[in-house]
Amino acid sequence: MALKMVKGSIDRMFDKNLQDLVRGIRNHKEDEAKYISQCIDEIKQELKQDNIAVKANAVCKLTYLQMLGYDISWAAFNIIEVMSASKFTFKRIGYLAASQCFHEGTDVIMLTTNQIRKDLSSPSQYDTGVALTGLSCFVTPDLARDLANDIMTLMSHTKPYIRKKAVLIMYKVFLKYPESLRPAFPRLKEKLEDPDPGVQSAAVNVICELARRNPKNYLSLAPLFFKLMTSSTNNWVLIKIIKLFGALTPLEPRLGKKLIEPLTNLIHSTSAMSLLYECVNTVIAVLISLSSGMPNHSASIQLCVQKLRILIEDSDQNLKYLGLLAMSKILRTHPKSVQAHKDLVLQCLDDKDESIRLRALDLLYGMVSKKNLMEIVKKLMTHVDKAEGTTYRDELLTKIIDICSQSNYQHITNFEWYISILVELTRLEGTRHGHLIAAQMLDVAIRVKAIRRFAVAQMSALLDSAHLVASSPQRSGICEVLYAAAWICGEFSEHLQEPQQTLEAMLRPKVTTLPGHIQAVYVQNVVKLYAAILQQKEQAADASAAQEVTQLLVERLPQFVQSADLEVQERASCILQLVKHVQKLQAKDVPMAEEVSALFAGELNPVAPKAQKKVPVPEGLDLDAWINEPLSDSESEDEKPKAMFQDEEQRHTKPRAPEADEQELARRREARRQEQANNPFYIKSSPSPQKRYQDAPGVEHIPVVQIDLSVPLKVPGMPLSDQYVKLEEERRHRQRLEKDKRKKKKRERERRGTRRHSSLHTESDEDIAPAQRVDIVTEEMPENALPSDEDDKDPNDPYRALDIDLDKPLADSEKLPVQKHRNAETSKSPEKEDVPLVEKKSKKPKKKEKKHKEKEREKKKKVEKGEDLDFWLSTTPPAATPAPEELEVNTTVTVLKVGQEEPRGEEQHADEDREQELEKKPSKHKKKKHKKDKEERPKDKRKSKKKVLPTDEEAAEPMENGTLDEEPLPPMSSYTLLAENSYIKMTYDVQGSLQKDSQVTVSVVLENQSDSFLKSMELNVLDSLNARLARPEGSSVHDGVPVPFQLPPGISNEAQFVFTIQSIVMAQKLKGTLSFIAKNDEGSTHEKLDFKLHFTCTSYLVTTPCYSDAFAKLLESGDLSMSSIKVDGISMSFHNLLAKICFHHRFSVVERVDSCASMYSRSIQGHHVCLLVKKGEKSVSVDGKCSDPTLLSNLLEEMKETLATC
Amino acid sequence: MIQAILVFNNHGKPRLVRFYQRFPEEIQQQIVRETFHLVLKRDDNICNFLEGGSLIGGSDYKLIYRHYATLYFVFCVDSSESELGILDLIQVFVETLDKCFENVCELDLIFHMDKVHYILQEVVMGGMVLETNMNEIVAQIEAQNRLEKSEQMTARVYHTATFISLQGGLSAAPARAVSAVKNINLPEMPRNINIGDLNIKVPNLSQFV
Repeated sequence: MALKMVKGSIDRMFDKNLQDLVRGIRNHKEDEAKYISQCIDEIKQELKQDNIAVKANAVCKLTYLQMLGYDISWAAFNIIEVMSASKFTFKRIGYLAASQCFHEGTDVIMLTTNQIRKDLSSPSQYDTGVALTGLSCFVTPDLARDLANDIMTLMSHTKPYIRKKAVLIMYKVFLKYPESLRPAFPRLKEKLEDPDPGVQSAAVNVICELARRNPKNYLSLAPLFFKLMTSSTNNWVLIKIIKLFGALTPLEPRLGKKLIEPLTNLIHSTSAMSLLYECVNTVIAVLISLSSGMPNHSASIQLCVQKLRILIEDSDQNLKYLGLLAMSKILRTHPKSVQAHKDLVLQCLDDKDESIRLRALDLLYGMVSKKNLMEIVKKLMTHVDKAEGTTYRDELLTKIIDICSQSNYQHITNFEWYISILVELTRLEGTRHGHLIAAQMLDVAIRVKAIRRFAVAQMSALLDSAHLVASSPQRSGICEVLYAAAWICGEFSEHLQEPQQTLEAMLRPKVTTLPGHIQAVYVQNVVKLYAAILQQKEQAADASAAQEVTQLLVERLPQFVQSADLEVQERASCILQLVKHVQKLQAKDVPMAEEVSALFAGELNPVAPKAQKKVPVPEGLDLDAWINEPLSDSESEDEKPKAMFQDEEQRHTKPRAPEADEQELARRREARRQEQANNPFYIKSSPSPQKRYQDAPGVEHIPVVQIDLSVPLKVPGMPLSDQYVKLEEERRHRQRLEKDKRKKKKRERERRGTRRHSSLHTESDEDIAPAQRVDIVTEEMPENALPSDEDDKDPNDPYRALDIDLDKPLADSEKLPVQKHRNAETSKSPEKEDVPLVEKKSKKPKKKEKKHKEKEREKKKKVEKGEDLDFWLSTTPPAATPAPEELEVNTTVTVLKVGQEEPRGEEQHADEDREQELEKKPSKHKKKKHKKDKEERPKDKRKSKKKVLPTDEEAAEPMENGTLDEEPLPPMSSYTLLAENSYIKMTYDVQGSLQKDSQVTVSVVLENQSDSFLKSMELNVLDSLNARLARPEGSSVHDGVPVPFQLPPGISNEAQFVFTIQSIVMAQKLKGTLSFIAKNDEGSTHEKLDFKLHFTCTSYLVTTPCYSDAFAKLLESGDLSMSSIKVDGISMSFHNLLAKICFHHRFSVVERVDSCASMYSRSIQGHHVCLLVKKGEKSVSVDGKCSDPTLLSNLLEEMKETLATC
Repeated sequence: MIQAILVFNNHGKPRLVRFYQRFPEEIQQQIVRETFHLVLKRDDNICNFLEGGSLIGGSDYKLIYRHYATLYFVFCVDSSESELGILDLIQVFVETLDKCFENVCELDLIFHMDKVHYILQEVVMGGMVLETNMNEIVAQIEAQNRLEKSEQMTARVYHTATFISLQGGLSAAPARAVSAVKNINLPEMPRNINIGDLNIKVPNLSQFV
């Protein structure tokens, strides 16, 4: 027994793995649920065991069960246990399960933060990868906030495998934690130019996804994407970029113009259908954005349409489908070009593939004209008959109605035809769109007065055959049309030929089986009919006939009184009483017709659907205010009705008051008339429109136009709409003949021209006169309706939170939470931090002055931001060197650095291709005199915002503006001379960034000192073991890196080069050469300039602000080694001294007390460096603490040199 | 964005269900069923795009699917994805499966759902396309499998140790024998769903890979 039990548990432990579970389920087909619940019990047992392998196995099985629809969230904690296993095998299982079942509501998810952080920083790239993948599926706002910084660091991981995953997951992080977007964006942008195509593609993917939701914030990236588009060969990337451009062009038409050419080239050159298709799509978007004012783009349209035709004609159904899809986009703006392919579209209507038929239907919408509407609808009607599935048939039905009713029935020339189409559609079985047809019937009958007689005839026939329509329960949808039919017959009963017959049809017992709301309409309209009949009979002095009708009503109405539907019942009882009263009076020979008709005097005008919404709230009416004080609970029940009654009265009197004013009424009528006169949709056919508004029953005034038709108006059965098609053709033919005859009479001179013209024109819409003169009454709107038509955006849209201006400089407060500073003092640090920073700044120029400057700067920046893109858009891709005039123009735009930069966001860019963009910025002064040196540098917003340190800014600024009144700071520049000869002068600066632990960017300013034109510049460096120049992909270590610009005489520009550094604790020098071709009038020579690039330890530091509390913690931690120096003979003020250390050595002041200050900085590899600077009488002592002793001593040596010059 | 990736067989049995948006399990099953019915109605020679799975998203979403032998691979994507691109991605995914399982068949997917997930994770991450280069995908999968194998080697030693300590002398052989028996009552396993002639459609897309 015992052995058996042991064996059982062993079995469970070793044998029931995922495969066994699957097998078991397959073998228990009959009692699957039972078997699985048994398995779940086993799994629960397994999860209780300590062995992680057993647990992982259990979780793996749970994942499978999850796929089958079993909720496994109860095991969430166990899943986390497996996630935290040390082995990759188990970790992977855990993360997979988590990605399948964790979501924002999972409460244990908050336990995962540290585990995930640990995995993200794991030395094994697959641990990191698995954590990223898992996190991408279940990231919550909390996780996003806590891990954003860690993921951002991973974006610069050495392994492309991790980089691409980190880049992709950033999108999810942005969605959950929008604050992270701005700090992370520079780095994301940088990844667009990552050497690894996978990472690049991921970055493009993320930015496209972001830009799709809020395109306007990404317009400034257009130049970069444009460059990628013209250089990339990866179709995935290309497709994404091209799609992105499709979203951007509507915002910036000039971008479209720029795109047309490269896109057209791609269309011609690519062999990938997917790319071709996306190009065509974007060209279409461009053309739409350019509007019609661009005649020279008709070639592009033609090209698109032609390519799409090829797609549509392809045997591959997928291409056919997409071709039609894209075609429908063109249709919206360029219907003419698409109409030429009507044959193709009609052909697709017969396709066996429903998706394709549906797309073709969409296209039809735009293809109809007055000329072909009937023909197309006829074709659709045959499809309706053939269509097997109800969904497709319903789709057809709505399309027919859409096509016909589009733009206020613009294409309908014959409304009789349309009514008969609608009537034919009522024969459809099982359609859901009965109400649509009904709405159309009502709309047409109300708004097209000329058609009422015909419509009423048709509707009465419909009512007569109501049993057909409403017989089977299957047809319940279609009985809605009876609603319309009854209303039309009642309302326009004066047009009825046989009102009595219709009345009887409406009173049939069968009617009571209809839905309540239809019965209600029946009851109401029975009375209208009754009134009409009474009038007719009394005019004919046929009193007995009138009494007969009354009798009929009295007999039949009770069936409605018994209705279960309240509305029907109420109406029926009212009317029954009324009719009985009439009957009484009739018996006394009192003529009743006048009085009964008076019940329905006046005409109902169509009201626009939005009219109610647009009635403006009268002044002084606050709909949210209480009219009476809310009743307290203590009040007894029976008091309530009274209060409510008062409510009503008050509410009603207010709006009613102005209406009573006759003058006001007259004024409004006038206004409305004016408005209608100006309304293009209002066809002014009635001779005296104002009559319509007279109060007398408007029957006589309805402009009923004589219709000369060969079709009898009283149609015995259902007229086939086809008859109308034939008639219409004949009529048009007659018209054409007449017109031609008239034209012949025209003068000889014009003859030829007119001929051709006319032959064209007879085919066009304008010539086809409508069969009836049709008065399409516009829908009424309240007189002083507000034109507000804004569509409210969904406030819950998750993407709205990402609508963030990315061009603004980062503020101090915007940084990703870093774990280290978030420990105990999370809450107090941010406030504290701001204070010292402000203090530091205010030390320099006067506050007022500064503010003013900042404002100016801001202004300039704004101009600059706009101009940047403008500049790119306004030029055709320029040659490598901008023309001198352009330089002139651009030097006037002074771009200053932004002081309140957030140093953490500082990024160096290896972007070496900015030749089109110019910028001016301060650079190294030549002598220590105030001098405004204008230099041109690549103008790139990214750089202009974040390249230079705050201290640099502060220091350079007074010099720039020549306002050095108080506390003058010696002008400083971080740029030092690299090498110089008669041709060129090179100065450089080295910058690291915290996010890249092994890279520094060397910015080299090249100044042309000769009168030659310098080009083909190439920089090469002899790599050392420790430092290597990052070269373009595919080039060897001996190749140089080309400088991405040329230098005209006297011009300077800046190029950036990225170096990879292994160890940063020692300073080092690299030998290098700049080679270039100098070209002047005499010819060109090949020149060289050798230099030595000096990487000081300082250059590996990154100015990082530090809170004083965090600083104190750091010092207390005791992990730091200490060293100190002392320099004598210092004459400089302490304040200037600190500024100098801040600037040249990239420290920031943590705290300053009298002549003592603590300072902090951080190396790119994360070493903390803390300094305590004390000033004595004539000396300065610096005590340093750093996590690396070598680095510290080297730093202090360098600092000593700097201080020695003070 | 890809909203969901579903793999099911000709009878609607799910073989892989991967949603990139949270749906409760019963809704997930409903979506699978609905999608299956939508796709089932369609002939093989009509287009591979399908509008209006009413359950996921709205009009912005499309179903893009391919049918291989006994399996449907359905991707539900929004308008930011290229239709033809996704078709090609499905192809890449299936070819990767083929390579990793050596002649993949439905049974591979049935019994190794976890592995299929791991492969998919290298292709699509969080609803976004991660990698389209099959060689790169396969290389990463193999590297991870190697890592797993090396861990299992050590694990096996450990297991045997616990096993012996538990059983106190019983050898591991009986357990293995039991699993061998279990293998026998397996139903017939038809292999090979002939992935070879998959290139039926979109011949011009070879550019992608």
